[in-house]
Amino acid sequence: MFLLEYEGKEIFRKYGIPIPKGFVIEKGKSLSLDLVREAGLELPIVLKGQYLMGGRGKAGAVKIVRSESELDQAVKNIFSLSIKGSYPEYILVEEFVEHEKELYLSALVSKPDRAVTILASPYGGVDVEELARREGALLKLDVDPSIGVSNHHLRLISKFLVGKFDKPLMELIRSLYNAVINDDLLLAEINPLAMLDGEYKALDSKVIVDDNSIFRRDLEKFYEYKKFLTWGEKMAREYGFSYVPLGGDIGIIGNGAGLTMATLDLVAYYGAKPANFLDVGGGASAERIEKALEVLVKEIKPKKIFINIFAGITRCDEVAKGIVAAVDNLNLPKEMFVIRLTGTLEDVGKKILEERGFKVYIDMDEAAMEVAKNV
Amino acid sequence: MSSGRGIKGFVGDELKLLVQGITGRQGSFHTEQMLKYGTEIVAGVTPGKGGMEVHGVPVYDTVYEAVKETGANASIIFVPAPYAYDAALEAIEARLSPIVIITEGIPAHDTLKIVNIARKYNIRIVGPNTPGFIIPGYTKVGIMPNQYFKPGPVSIVSRSGTLTYEISWSILKQGIGQRLVLGCGGDYVIGTNFIDALEFLRDDKQTEVIVVVGEIGGDDEERMARYYMETNYPKPVIGYVAGKTAPEGKRMGHAGAIISGGTGTAESKIKSFKEAGIEVAYRPSEVAEIVRRLLRR
Repeated sequence: MFLLEYEGKEIFRKYGIPIPKGFVIEKGKSLSLDLVREAGLELPIVLKGQYLMGGRGKAGAVKIVRSESELDQAVKNIFSLSIKGSYPEYILVEEFVEHEKELYLSALVSKPDRAVTILASPYGGVDVEELARREGALLKLDVDPSIGVSNHHLRLISKFLVGKFDKPLMELIRSLYNAVINDDLLLAEINPLAMLDGEYKALDSKVIVDDNSIFRRDLEKFYEYKKFLTWGEKMAREYGFSYVPLGGDIGIIGNGAGLTMATLDLVAYYGAKPANFLDVGGGASAERIEKALEVLVKEIKPKKIFINIFAGITRCDEVAKGIVAAVDNLNLPKEMFVIRLTGTLEDVGKKILEERGFKVYIDMDEAAMEVAKNV
Repeated sequence: MSSGRGIKGFVGDELKLLVQGITGRQGSFHTEQMLKYGTEIVAGVTPGKGGMEVHGVPVYDTVYEAVKETGANASIIFVPAPYAYDAALEAIEARLSPIVIITEGIPAHDTLKIVNIARKYNIRIVGPNTPGFIIPGYTKVGIMPNQYFKPGPVSIVSRSGTLTYEISWSILKQGIGQRLVLGCGGDYVIGTNFIDALEFLRDDKQTEVIVVVGEIGGDDEERMARYYMETNYPKPVIGYVAGKTAPEGKRMGHAGAIISGGTGTAESKIKSFKEAGIEVAYRPSEVAEIVRRLLRR
């Protein structure tokens, strides 16, 4: 899960990485000069809208405020700025940090290299993709996490960034590596890392926490992620299915991530627009199927629903019972369903559905063609 | 004399399987299914349950004891995510290979360490978050339903589960069986990726055609395509990519299935397949049609 900038900086602080002095205000609150001073800040300050996606600089959601008269309007402006339809719930208020140089530093779990990769560049403030294209601008170092980061890594990176073995910088790099390892981060990026008179400050943060580390920490307690979830997405977490709304006409339910994606693709191949991704996972109970249908019907409001189940550990009778329960409890018309059901206990599932007047398909292409017809 | 059942660099000819987490609901159920298929399961391990039997298989408290008593040489892991790291290290220390990790939800950093340690001992990890693998007619080390697989010339390597069964079945309906069906796993970090699989299938005489079932996220497909081209791969590969309709920045079920910063798109993967001379199937059932044509049956 992506963290907001201020949440990422909290992690940096915990590991001893210097960050600018600052505080957070919530949506609906106003900001006065007194409040700024109470937090130990003086003008100029920087106001930064907290979004889960990039592009806020371009959108104007980062504003340097130099006088009291600008303060109120600047806060209102940022709270009303949406990026891809998403408004900030918070503004981070920070000291304005003078600096002479900007660096780039990140540590991440690299899938292809199966390592913790450290990326560093003396040209901060530029996207890492851009740095990667510039000859010699980016140092990439793969650390084997079963051995860990060593002093020679730190010397190499420090020399590349500032031309010498700089103790504070080397410690900062070690701290960033430790944050990634100990807090189960998939990515911790500092861009830019400001430098002035041999001191460093992380001006921005981009942090992704591994969702799979949930048993080691209560992710939802620490991070604001839940605020950004829809009702359906919260239901999905509660009942254990994966759900992504997309905005087309055909509601989709499948079992297994790959098969569900392939189902969306096939519906698109035959000319209709899938409304969502919904993978009920392995061994889904009737209840989970029913809740999944409830989410689709109430949140997506699809014209038709395509259920594609290839049952291995899933049982077709459970799936059929879940469909019947949803149809009864939510008063759904049979005509909106196209059901493909095959595998474990196929005959039982088929019988339950056919007794209620549903047609059951065995072939995935045939079913996809049917659902894509006349929408 | 080698019986030729195994695949060099992946699995030997005399696989003796250990099931870690055998007394759990999943472990026990799939032990029975694997036994039915003919897999030689010699032992199970669940700490604290030593002395029990599960479907006739003796259970030990530790991997060390199980291996000493039974000569197990490979492992399948069903233990829950919080204990999977320790279980995998136990299997690595006993030098079992391959180690197939079925468990879903293991933190990426745990997997990273497992994979890096295993590599130092030349031990193969499959998964995590995988259905495992099946070599029809020889052995099944996994959780796939038994009825969709028969011996034949096609090897399938895939990042998904049910979609793999779907494709295997559609190939089988053409009267064509499989040499190896391998789930690489849906997690962000995995032990055996497409290139690894292509490498050990390269000289496998019984594999005539390879099907690669990819999906959005990461660049394993692109790297595999480059490997295929640069090493003049001696066998035809057919590629399918799931997630052509997936949006940027949303995780599609699997931990590894996410397009981020413009990388990991289906278009990029399909393009790299085409450039490498890998035939692309746009529908799952089209895979079987291409397989059939390539085998001229």
